Amino acid sequence: MKVGVTLNINGKDHAVQVEPRRTLADAIREECGQTGTHLGCEHGVCGACTILLDGEPVRSCLMFAVQAAGRRIRTVEGLADGEKLHPLQRAFIEHHGLQCGYCTPGFLMLAAGTLERNPDISDAELLEVLSSNLCRCTGYKNIVTSVRAAAAEMKAHR
Amino acid sequence: MKPAVFEYHAPKTVEAAVAVLAEVAPREGRVLAGGQSLVPAMALRLALPAHLVDINGVKGLDRLVVEAGELAIGACVRHAAFHRPAAEGPLGALLAHVVRHIAHYPIRTRGTFCGSLAHADPASEWCLVAATLGARMMARSVRGTRAIAAADYFQGPMTTALAPDELLAEVRLPILSPDSRFGFCEFSRRAGDFAIAMALSTFRIRHGVMTGARIGVGGVEGSPRRIGAAESMLEGQRPSGEVFRAAADRVAGSVEPLEDARYSAGYRRDLARVLTRRALEIAAA
Repeated sequence: MKVGVTLNINGKDHAVQVEPRRTLADAIREECGQTGTHLGCEHGVCGACTILLDGEPVRSCLMFAVQAAGRRIRTVEGLADGEKLHPLQRAFIEHHGLQCGYCTPGFLMLAAGTLERNPDISDAELLEVLSSNLCRCTGYKNIVTSVRAAAAEMKAHR
Repeated sequence: MKPAVFEYHAPKTVEAAVAVLAEVAPREGRVLAGGQSLVPAMALRLALPAHLVDINGVKGLDRLVVEAGELAIGACVRHAAFHRPAAEGPLGALLAHVVRHIAHYPIRTRGTFCGSLAHADPASEWCLVAATLGARMMARSVRGTRAIAAADYFQGPMTTALAPDELLAEVRLPILSPDSRFGFCEFSRRAGDFAIAMALSTFRIRHGVMTGARIGVGGVEGSPRRIGAAESMLEGQRPSGEVFRAAADRVAGSVEPLEDARYSAGYRRDLARVLTRRALEIAAA
């Protein structure tokens, strides 16, 4: 039986009807039409579906949509300011932090949530954080370079 | 990869939570806390609960306080709460060190300490901590609250002394004395993977000799446990490589390791030996 839930995604309320078993990731994509959030493994391993929940990176495939009522959800669609890309998005382009791009929304949200909380993150900590998401193209080197570059720019403009 | 149909319950108080749990537990009802183990199992249809009692909205379960010589950890306290020391002294430092070995950051923002203990995976770091330090599990049901000692709590892989209608409302860890030392060592293939084996040791050094030693191993057997025969070999001894090697050999000789498709019992026994020795050396350093 479907139940009503209001999901606040990037500042906008979406009143939707979902079954309790509907994952947050599926609801974001299917009911709310925000398809920037990708689904890879659907059991919490790959990190493609990483979003920010009240500012913290979480796997949206491991939450049910009904659990996200009243929480602030941020997805990759909320990163850019109109036509102006977020420093992380620009850095991923400039430093070739993506190839096929499937994992990219998850990496961007993971990095955004991490840098907002910890702008002075050490190299070792950053590697540990980024190891939580899977990328099968880049070999991670350019993702690390991209996040480092974005971190420097975000700090300079704080 | 979609969870099967279930009925969802979202109680707001502990009383309401245990009341609904009492009602649905006999009908395949389960508690949902962080969901970082249960939801993957549901996605893979390894778990098919007919009811989920979501405790994330229950008031008061996010309690994380030191009281009466114990660190009280409520059912909704996330792993990430331990990134910074949750208690003064060695206990807070121990938990802050061990938490870095639990899965990855976005899992730690949701997964809970008590959820790990209720799930009781043999490879769980928190289960090893609870078994080694002698935690008390506070089980709450409509019948009241009972405390379960760590030695009675763990009963094999994914098996605990909790009754189906009991909520693990809180876990209490004894505060370590300020001069306690600890060493933790885990072996896994990659950062964030499940432990293949791990060891935790604590002791104090008084007048140059070790006292109050505890040695626990996890991931090796069906449940984590202390190896008393090895602990007693440290009592009253000066810390030395020779003493540590002998105690590690005793651990290896005492365990009956799990065997699976990837890792033989002999391999896990060797890991138990090496990791125990290293944990003792770290504690002594």
